[in-house]
Amino acid sequence: MNSKEITTQITKAADSLNLKKWDYGASFSNDYSVQVDKGEAKQLKASQKQVLTIRVWNESNLVGITTTSDISESGIKKALNQANIASDFGNKNERTEFSPLAKDPIEVKDSKKRNPVGIKKLLTLLREAEVKLLESHESIKSVPYNGLSESFYERVYANSDGAFRSYTKSQAALYLYARAEEKNKKPRSSGSVKLGYGVEDIDIESCIKDASNKTISHLNYSSIKTHKYLICFSPESFLTIINAFSSMFNARSILDGVSLSNKNSIGEKLSTEALNIYDDGLHEKNISSSPFDGEGTPTKRLCLINKGRLENFIHSESTARIFKTMPTGHAGLGSKVSVSPDWIVVEKSAENSDLKSSLDHSTYEGEFVYIEELNAIHAGVRASQGSFSLPFDGWLYKKGEKISIESATVAGDIKYLLKNIVNIESNQKVTTSGISPHIWVDELSITGDA
Amino acid sequence: MLSSQIKSNEIIFGSCNKDLLEEIIFYGIGLGADFVEIFIENTDNSSVLAEEDFITSVSPSFGRGAGIRIFKDKKDGFVSTNDLTKNGLMRSVSQAIEMLDITDNKKREVFKGLDKHRDYSLSKKKWISEVPSIHEISEKLLVSTKSLKKNNKIIARKGSYSRNLQEVIIASSDGTYVSDIRLHQTVGLNVIASDAQYRSSGSRRFGSSGMPHEFRLWDHEKAANDVFESSMNMLYADYVDAGQMPVVLANKFGGVIFHEACGHLLETTQIERGTTPFENKLNEKIAHESVTAIDEGISEGSFGSLSVDDEGMEPEKSVLIKDGILKKFISDRAGELRTGHKRTGSGRRQNYSFAAASRMRNTYIAKGEHSKEELINSISDGLYCKSMGGGSVGATGQFNFAVEEGYLIKNGKLTNPVKGATLIGEAKEVMPKISMCGNDLELAPGFCGSISGSVNVTVGQPHIKVDSITVGGR
Repeated sequence: MNSKEITTQITKAADSLNLKKWDYGASFSNDYSVQVDKGEAKQLKASQKQVLTIRVWNESNLVGITTTSDISESGIKKALNQANIASDFGNKNERTEFSPLAKDPIEVKDSKKRNPVGIKKLLTLLREAEVKLLESHESIKSVPYNGLSESFYERVYANSDGAFRSYTKSQAALYLYARAEEKNKKPRSSGSVKLGYGVEDIDIESCIKDASNKTISHLNYSSIKTHKYLICFSPESFLTIINAFSSMFNARSILDGVSLSNKNSIGEKLSTEALNIYDDGLHEKNISSSPFDGEGTPTKRLCLINKGRLENFIHSESTARIFKTMPTGHAGLGSKVSVSPDWIVVEKSAENSDLKSSLDHSTYEGEFVYIEELNAIHAGVRASQGSFSLPFDGWLYKKGEKISIESATVAGDIKYLLKNIVNIESNQKVTTSGISPHIWVDELSITGDA
Repeated sequence: MLSSQIKSNEIIFGSCNKDLLEEIIFYGIGLGADFVEIFIENTDNSSVLAEEDFITSVSPSFGRGAGIRIFKDKKDGFVSTNDLTKNGLMRSVSQAIEMLDITDNKKREVFKGLDKHRDYSLSKKKWISEVPSIHEISEKLLVSTKSLKKNNKIIARKGSYSRNLQEVIIASSDGTYVSDIRLHQTVGLNVIASDAQYRSSGSRRFGSSGMPHEFRLWDHEKAANDVFESSMNMLYADYVDAGQMPVVLANKFGGVIFHEACGHLLETTQIERGTTPFENKLNEKIAHESVTAIDEGISEGSFGSLSVDDEGMEPEKSVLIKDGILKKFISDRAGELRTGHKRTGSGRRQNYSFAAASRMRNTYIAKGEHSKEELINSISDGLYCKSMGGGSVGATGQFNFAVEEGYLIKNGKLTNPVKGATLIGEAKEVMPKISMCGNDLELAPGFCGSISGSVNVTVGQPHIKVDSITVGGR
């Protein structure tokens, strides 16, 4: 069944069950991926998947939900029935409605959908990439984590009020993580990930080069003394930390009491006036962009921090109604609707005179720690408390020289971190999770082995 | 439609599917596959969330799908689909054959048909009618979250329940023909406490497999008291000072460190990747002689227990480390094929869309002879990690774990609570430093995410003492 047929099928089944109000979200995907091991195909994978989530409102306007992979006629009817039963337990204290924007026009851009290249081509490309990476340096002994994949999917939202929207996309991903070994030294590992609309859009050579350079650059390492340091966050690592604490901007988290913000936090000064942060799911560099969210609300660019002050929260339909505003296009589709950011863009505002512009990661000769990549986010972040303690890959820069840090963690508090931003470099970098320049923060604790 | 017609054209749970499964396997072998495996599942899940004094989410789900794996020499092709018709499954076999570029269809392997059906599901079919209803679950969760409201410093209370019922059929060209039903239930409590600028949180999770009545027996009062006390103890705690120090890790979920830092390195998938330092250490000392470590899938009701693994093998009790000596790796079919380590009944996957891989089940350090007090008394200046948060292990074996509830040890006594601690190290360096094991082994349920998705596991240990480890703090 295609998406129109499913909508027709759900309409018919809902009518037969006397269900007047419903909506659904669905995704249909075909994925292909390969992994290699020293020139040999290791695992080749293909999957065809369909997921349908149906919400039903009962006569008391309480909502129930069911998710299924069975989109046969009987599966759809069963899902509607189960959702109807679940609606007896619907939340009376926070009702859910259709998004008032579910029928608004959406910004339809060229989806840049590519055609599949097929498993054999994927395998050939990945084999070649592995060989080149292994040959790039004598210490690189293996590429234990590698993969090349392509996905083709359709997402749909429709409701009984006549809303219907869908889009189709393709996406490809390459990851290469090399392992380097030298005598009498610990093995070191690093890598690179590249995304594209299709395999032909992925810069494979640059992925190989990045993975090789990053791995080799960590070969000469040293432990670091436990101390407080001036820190330079790479664009990737700063975006990681902002995403980890995005509950600060999240109306759902505020209502649940797990955010550092509250309903009255709009306008609160969080950082230097030089900091602007946006959520921009439709950004042209966002390969995974979606024109609408789980409730059918159009995606849009939203300012979260303007000149250091909290400007907006991200919302679903129900949180927006409680906050007396409009949904922002950040909702999932669930019994309790989740809210999450799409694509964070960090930039320097025009009010940047208080920054120490001499701090530039490529020229600064004083001592600082460069955090290339933060790890173990799920374990080391306490978003509701604002604290973090995270292992990282990075370097200690001292007198113009840099040495890889053997094993260390950086610990602190997100509010302290934002308040102690001392420079925002001018050049932004596009990453797989957003856009940011290098960000400098004064005095964060580093725990090393020494 | 006649039932015989249905049988021949689509997988039907609860019916005999032997003819259709054999036809599909014959098809794959005939096209030149060395080995064909079919994994089919039917799921019926539900979850309930209580926040403060209300049920805020009830989420049922159901689905079905098949994962087909073809081996040719040492490589494999895996195709998953929601289409359980004969045509759909045949198409998946063809796709896997094509992916592996098998053009030589001269039969080298012989498929003699499926063996006698091993049906582990017979006594389990009644489970679905025995598990608590949504109404019963909701009532108990609401009582649980209410009992978390012990003072006005508690600003957020949450109780969650999930139940996963998975019916599986596994058939492969070595004759394996198995059916089973798996039931997993978990329930968790979380609180956030706040007072002025101070904040803390507490959480506990409980879980069982194959025990439909277990939720009814869950002592929610005890759990609520435990979570509340933990959050209160940590509310005004200072940040821990970083440094090298001896630590005592509590029993139950303290075992997560062994699971993450060492257990994963004993899976054959790590040997295949060349990412374990223990690859060539079989029968060598890799840990302190006080350490014996076990991985098994047979403890009744434990969250990681199985009647049969996802490749149709009954799980065994594997002694991984005996008195500090490495004795065994955790292996699945691909692991045996590629590394030579015999299968241990550890081929596991989240669902039909993942190929099985060697994964842990119930993994724990065996009990020793010391009391908890003896371990603490032996330390003049260190850290007691009463409750562990999550953690991770890097590609080169370095691990990092958050301590959710910690106390300083001074002169052999527990003193002030401390927060913000993380334990940092490498398994091969830390394992020899586990010098004392307590006599109070207990297990705790958890979810383990890895190559074949998220699977139910148990971690565990008695209280253990690590002579020296890096503690991250501020």
